[in-house]
Amino acid sequence: MATSFVQAEFRVCIDDDRCHRCGRCVQQCGWDVYSFDERPLPDDVKCRACHRCVTFCPAHAITIEKSPLAFRDNASWQIGLRKSIWRQAETGGVMLTGMGNDKPYFSVFDHLVLDACQVTNPSIDPLREPMELRTYLGAKPDAVEVEADGAGGFRLKPGAGLRNNVELETPIIFSPMSYGSVSLNVHRSLALAAERCGTLMNTGEGGLHADLYPYQDHVIVQVASGRFGVDPEYLNRGAAVEIKVGQGAKPGIGGHLPGEKIDEDVSITRRIPRGSDAISPAPHHDIYSIEDLRQLICAIKEATGYKPVGVKIAAVHNVAAIATGVVHAGADYVYLDGFRGGTGAAPQVVRDHVGIPLEIAIAVVDQRLRDEGIRNRASIIAAGSIRSSADMAKAIALGADVVAIGTAALIALGCHLCQGCHTGSCSWGLTTQKSELTRRLDPEWGAERLSNLVRAWSHELKEILGALGVNAIESLRGSRERLRGVGLDAQTCEILGVKPAGL
Amino acid sequence: MSDAPTYGVPTDGAPTSGAPTGGDFLLERMPTARPHAPASFGGAGPRPAYRAEAAFKIHGGCGLMGICDESGALMPADLAVRAMAVQRDRGNGLGAGFAGYGIYPELPEHFCLHLMLHDERAREEVEATLERSFVIDQAEPIPTRHFGAGVEAPLLWRYFVLPDPHALETLEIGPEDLVVHTVMQINSSVDGAFVASSGRNMGAFKGVAFPEEIAHFYRLEEYEAHTWLGHNRFPTNTPGWWGGAHPFNLLDLSIVHNGEISSYGINSRYLEQFGYKCSLGTDTEVIAYLFDLMLRRHGLPLELACDALASPLWSEIDRLPPEERELKRSLRAVYGPAMLNGPFAIVLGFSGGMVALNDRIKLRPLVAARQGSRLMVASEESSIREVLDAPDEVWAPRAGEPVIARVRGASRVVG
Repeated sequence: MATSFVQAEFRVCIDDDRCHRCGRCVQQCGWDVYSFDERPLPDDVKCRACHRCVTFCPAHAITIEKSPLAFRDNASWQIGLRKSIWRQAETGGVMLTGMGNDKPYFSVFDHLVLDACQVTNPSIDPLREPMELRTYLGAKPDAVEVEADGAGGFRLKPGAGLRNNVELETPIIFSPMSYGSVSLNVHRSLALAAERCGTLMNTGEGGLHADLYPYQDHVIVQVASGRFGVDPEYLNRGAAVEIKVGQGAKPGIGGHLPGEKIDEDVSITRRIPRGSDAISPAPHHDIYSIEDLRQLICAIKEATGYKPVGVKIAAVHNVAAIATGVVHAGADYVYLDGFRGGTGAAPQVVRDHVGIPLEIAIAVVDQRLRDEGIRNRASIIAAGSIRSSADMAKAIALGADVVAIGTAALIALGCHLCQGCHTGSCSWGLTTQKSELTRRLDPEWGAERLSNLVRAWSHELKEILGALGVNAIESLRGSRERLRGVGLDAQTCEILGVKPAGL
Repeated sequence: MSDAPTYGVPTDGAPTSGAPTGGDFLLERMPTARPHAPASFGGAGPRPAYRAEAAFKIHGGCGLMGICDESGALMPADLAVRAMAVQRDRGNGLGAGFAGYGIYPELPEHFCLHLMLHDERAREEVEATLERSFVIDQAEPIPTRHFGAGVEAPLLWRYFVLPDPHALETLEIGPEDLVVHTVMQINSSVDGAFVASSGRNMGAFKGVAFPEEIAHFYRLEEYEAHTWLGHNRFPTNTPGWWGGAHPFNLLDLSIVHNGEISSYGINSRYLEQFGYKCSLGTDTEVIAYLFDLMLRRHGLPLELACDALASPLWSEIDRLPPEERELKRSLRAVYGPAMLNGPFAIVLGFSGGMVALNDRIKLRPLVAARQGSRLMVASEESSIREVLDAPDEVWAPRAGEPVIARVRGASRVVG
């Protein structure tokens, strides 16, 4: 077999003086980097810098370095491009990858800044004053209709008021990640955390495992093009139902979960034979246009007694018109997934070059829905690389009701962004079905870390609201007046509906 | 109507030189020069100055008052002027105004549009606009005295109009919507024109000066009203302009406001969805439009509209009995984008009375008092003590708790 031209990206360095020769690194590595012959012997080529061995080495003997191997600089033919060509020349295949777009695109979030109060209005101290994050996911009526209650007061007219909304204690939910692409313990962690934080997890397209039924009021059940695990019972268990049309990491692309990942449990949950590939078609073959989507939305509402039905779409060029159509079709929320959104597996070319930034998508969708007078008819969920509470606050100020976090949640559970999700060998036991790896995640421990993350971001959001002098999240939502652009060009500012700093 | 006012300005109608001087101790002691004596209405330069000013939000502190005689008895403007004069420190001469209800009893069914106009061309354009949809039964300059040197007031006209039945038929809208539409059109697209008020049997009088100067200028001693609102402005970051003074008005609704609406960004975007154009560049504008939306167009009772604008906390809503909880939960979820956040005290005047409201956590002062059939609110108790000689009770309204005065037997009662 010919030698690969692709050299190791990392160098595994073991301090021989410190090493106990305990073999823990060999046992911990999911990538088979280590063999053992009196001492651990690393094969640098296999290392993905996931730091599992580093974290668990009792002697702190391991460091991972970037390979010092020098290439001749070429600003055009970057090293990654050369490596892809070598790999493709070896295999003739599509370059697959995991996690989100890692290219150094301009980040709009990083060029938006928030406002704060000084003198003319007081900022509010969230540690001493109420600060409210409660959010309702779903369609709101145009107005509240009331009638006299005969006792000098008022009551809702029959059938009026807020219907079929999901109450969230914080505007953070977990992104869809299917059982199959992630382990059941990841799902358990997410479900537990969602319940504890008063928010939602999302099944992704892989069905709902029976172990999660107790948490069903905190679960969005997803209906994707493969319809895995979808039956009336599944639909009715969810707090809301989501039709997945697209994904930010791979707009226009279907999914492929290899048969090796379809073990007994996944097979039962997805309602497909064990060991068979789970293929999600690129489109829904019953949705070739907007009117088909409307029929599916209506069918699901009928089947579920009018639970909220949302539609997840990837942020693409014409996202404003698409989202408007989706709302006109009856969706109770639109889930916008930006081009940096994560994935368990996607063709690298699509992940890195298709779609538009989330920030732009939120801005144009929110504005278009307002222009059409239908903004209240659907909530907007924003996702696709919400990296911090700052991103969340900015997304909400641009017009999102809720943000969804997937990659951030996985990072909380140990993910180091090694981008090997599609291999099924995740050393952290997250994106794998190998029992020796999945058992590394204790759902209780995972739920605590996820709850901590949600709590921490919620606290930070409250600090931001307090500095802005408002005490409820609805006063930040869509309030672009509280944002300014720094280093954004005039046209981008205009599209975002945001003034440049100084104005 | 010509009782000598006690707030210390000459009443002979003769042009005064410089700021009014009289017996008022405040005027004697305080500097009368305004920080930015505006050279002309709307700032320097030709017409687009109006909209350029509107491009940024006006922050500031303020003083306010409102008084309503629930018996419907008419009160002289003097009460309101005195109430504002003792709050002089709360303004800086860059804006003040009054609104009176019941002031035009001769033409009670006519919409009276108070116009601020930059020049004759603007007036012609406004009249042409009005004539397209209304029958103008009376058009006249608003009676004023001369301001002193260095202060140039805009042309001030009032039009008593009735909707043209043909226009109502063609546009298929009601008379109020026609007025709103026309006001929005004038404010946003007629260069150099601004509608100061547009209700029936009411009017707003405002400009860039201290309150007692404004009252003198507009000859307010000639008017009587069952409800008066007053305002004194302390803008911090924009030169005062005549249209920017309070009250803000739309139809019968007038707002005086002390505070800052920190949620202005979303409030204005919410209103745009319903066809309102926030063209005046001040956060107070949204309050008037939000009340119009909720009271007139959505038919909400006044109490519930106040509840939506200064919503109770979720923790309070959660504790309510189920039926009420469902109502309040719906109100808050649906009108979340309308909720006014940030520090404010406001008084809303309407044809049938007034309502005063504080923000959700009471970050601005508001004191209320009752004496007989008169209900009065003000930023400072000193105003109340100045006007009411023996109040039955004086209290500080709680956060988000509306203080409502309703004129008995009023023909048009909001909510």
